[in-house]
Amino acid sequence: MWESLSDLAFGLSVALTIPNLIAGAGGVIAGTVIGVIPALGPTQGAALFLPIIFKVPPETGLIFLSGLYMGAIYGGSATSILFNIPGTPMAVASAFDGYPMALKGEAPRALAGSAVSAFVAGTVCIVMFTFFARPLAEYALTWGPPEYFSVLILAYGALAGLGGGSVLKAIMATLAGLIFTTVGIDIVTGTPRVTFGLVPLLAGIKFLVVVVGAFGVGELLRAGEENIMVKGAVMARVSWRDVAGAVREMAGYWKTFLRSTITGFWIGVLPGTGATPASFVGYGLAKRFSKNPEKFGKGDLEGVVAPESAAASAEVGSLLPLVTLGIPGSPTAAVILGALMIWGLQPGPLLMKDHPEVVWGFIASMYVAAVLSVVLNLFFIPLWTQILRIPFTVQVPLIMLLCFIGGYTENNTLPTMWMVLLFGLVGFLFKKLNYPLAPMVVGVVLGEDTETAFRQSLIISQGDFSIFLARPTSLVLLLGALALFLYPVVKSYQERRARFG
Amino acid sequence: MRRPGWMAAGVAWTLFLSAFLFSFGAAQAAWQPTKPVEFVIPAGTGGGADLMARFMSAMIQKNKLAPVNFLVVNKSGGAGAEGFLHVKSQKGNPHVIIITLSNLFTTPIATGVPFNWKDLTPISMMALDYFVLWVNTESPYKTAPEYIAAVKAKSGTFKMAGTGAKQEDQIITVQMEQNFGLKFIYVPFKGGGTVCANLVGKHVDSTVNNPSECRGHWQAKRVRPLATIDTERIKLPQWDTIPTMKEATGKDMAYNMLRGIFAAPGIPKEAQEYYIGLMKRISETADWKKYITDSALKGQFMTGPAYVKWLGEAEALHRDLMTKAGLIKK
Repeated sequence: MWESLSDLAFGLSVALTIPNLIAGAGGVIAGTVIGVIPALGPTQGAALFLPIIFKVPPETGLIFLSGLYMGAIYGGSATSILFNIPGTPMAVASAFDGYPMALKGEAPRALAGSAVSAFVAGTVCIVMFTFFARPLAEYALTWGPPEYFSVLILAYGALAGLGGGSVLKAIMATLAGLIFTTVGIDIVTGTPRVTFGLVPLLAGIKFLVVVVGAFGVGELLRAGEENIMVKGAVMARVSWRDVAGAVREMAGYWKTFLRSTITGFWIGVLPGTGATPASFVGYGLAKRFSKNPEKFGKGDLEGVVAPESAAASAEVGSLLPLVTLGIPGSPTAAVILGALMIWGLQPGPLLMKDHPEVVWGFIASMYVAAVLSVVLNLFFIPLWTQILRIPFTVQVPLIMLLCFIGGYTENNTLPTMWMVLLFGLVGFLFKKLNYPLAPMVVGVVLGEDTETAFRQSLIISQGDFSIFLARPTSLVLLLGALALFLYPVVKSYQERRARFG
Repeated sequence: MRRPGWMAAGVAWTLFLSAFLFSFGAAQAAWQPTKPVEFVIPAGTGGGADLMARFMSAMIQKNKLAPVNFLVVNKSGGAGAEGFLHVKSQKGNPHVIIITLSNLFTTPIATGVPFNWKDLTPISMMALDYFVLWVNTESPYKTAPEYIAAVKAKSGTFKMAGTGAKQEDQIITVQMEQNFGLKFIYVPFKGGGTVCANLVGKHVDSTVNNPSECRGHWQAKRVRPLATIDTERIKLPQWDTIPTMKEATGKDMAYNMLRGIFAAPGIPKEAQEYYIGLMKRISETADWKKYITDSALKGQFMTGPAYVKWLGEAEALHRDLMTKAGLIKK
């Protein structure tokens, strides 16, 4: 453990040189801008800059990538909060309470809350990373498809009742999301499903397209119809006192924060999941365990803290299997894996032993990037709030344009842009008919992984369902899921009894 | 001040003429891309093809091998069908190229997408991927015959993990089943890294991962290679200690995955020659050679009629294997 510390000190000495600090700050700014554009996330950002990164030494390149990573997490939340249009999928949940806050004129407070929770969670996770990388990675290996399936069921449990309102409508919205994920080539049999013979549908429906369409375009359509000009996010005067107040207020949410950080980090460590499910689970759990869940969705700072800290934790967590096992935990980690390999480094169990300077330089650069990111982003807050000064008539076409660019870059094909428009109409209809959008998006985000893990488990057990109960970890997770599902039922029963005696 | 007008005009004319002659001469000598080249990857970010294309694009920039940049674009939908169909639709456009894997053959055969490699202009083979049969180090099987005998004894209970369905890993599994009279339970996963991790975590019994996907775990002594699925050993230090399938079991069994480059159909001959020359120059750089060794690939550059012949044979082989395995879309 102390060895880790001296290694880390060495890493920091590498990261804290002037050129590396400039590279880090450049990464944060580039990341923030990329994060703001809908559907352009850290993955595309990292891929975009790869050719340039190879021209600099690995340490400088890695610190730039770390900065980009952290910056993009924040940038995505900014548009989520200000316009209800998530810049990255992992920022969807931040809009649930962030946007209502902005409508109340509390945008600076929400932005500060988002930046600080991402920073603190990120830092806590980097510390966990520093000391427990190896054992955590070893433990993650013991999780096979049945455990994945059970943890995803647990996630649905945490998210049940996310939308509020009618339970039946929430279930129907989730099922619609699950149906959307079945489109495309089935990974288990390699056969096209629900494509109606249309080539563009072979690619499936990407959740990015759903998010940008349903939230972005859908929101604009609704804004247009309701003439939200009058209603739009209220321009608040930025006072640093608000920002400082939000930072102080955070201390009161330490429980939520801890829960989000731990679950987020673990979801990130599991290869193949990532920050988007983590942010939903973080939000769902916070609402579940809250004493007054009804305040969620109406502009509560806790509803921003929970998903933000979970997403930032997951992003850091997803780097752990990459460094220790050579398995990328998220698409962004996959691009960083590519960078490492092109520098001639083989990520895997031996990277820490053979190239400690790179691994510790990387970990140290994450600390530096986290600090740079929160400092720069707190200063960005006035700038973001200035965007709200732009007349609504100018904002709408600009945002619309960004949504379509986002839809296009997802697959670099025209049909995905049509899909963005289609899901915009779907989002609009959902709102008109009073169906909650969040459960639908959750279905799209988690559906594919759930189905794959379920079928892989049954292939392994040859159709025997007891595989989910025979494995202790899986059993515990399923019992937890059951408890979460039953909790609202029990609670409403108790409430009814209390009310009617 | 009007006087020198004719002089200026004369200079301009000379410049124009020489420029004209020069460009004409240049066009005669060689075609060159005049705008950024779109480099399509029919796979997602982070996979083997993606890393290779990004590396190549970085090499071109770093060593100034081309006057323009090569912009990498992922079109991974439908097991790569989207990327192939896109390049097919760019008839006569010399500014689009694509990197391919075995999905060049398997995707159209398995899904019935209207595409064949003959729809594209072949440029060159850059390398071939090896495949190795792996088991967990803690399993009792030290050699391929021991493992094969065990699978045979309890037919249909051993789990083989691989990337995707109806793709190279499943084809190799079927090849093994047919050669040795075995029956595996094939479990598909999304990526090679995950496949090897599931072997380390003992959720499956064996895999046919590429060397690079399992190398780290092998060095950490978590997985054990039993045989290289090729007719000759991998000519790299350490890897050359793994016996071939024939050496291990007496039966010849080989499968290599193509890492090839194609251009859009109907491009000018000069453009095709330009890309062939460019790929050759890439394959001769020291960086490329190091990359090939680091990724444990079979560095084999091939172009012209030899490449076309290889492609024809590989397509026939895939069709044959997939027919036997019942993996063809009816």
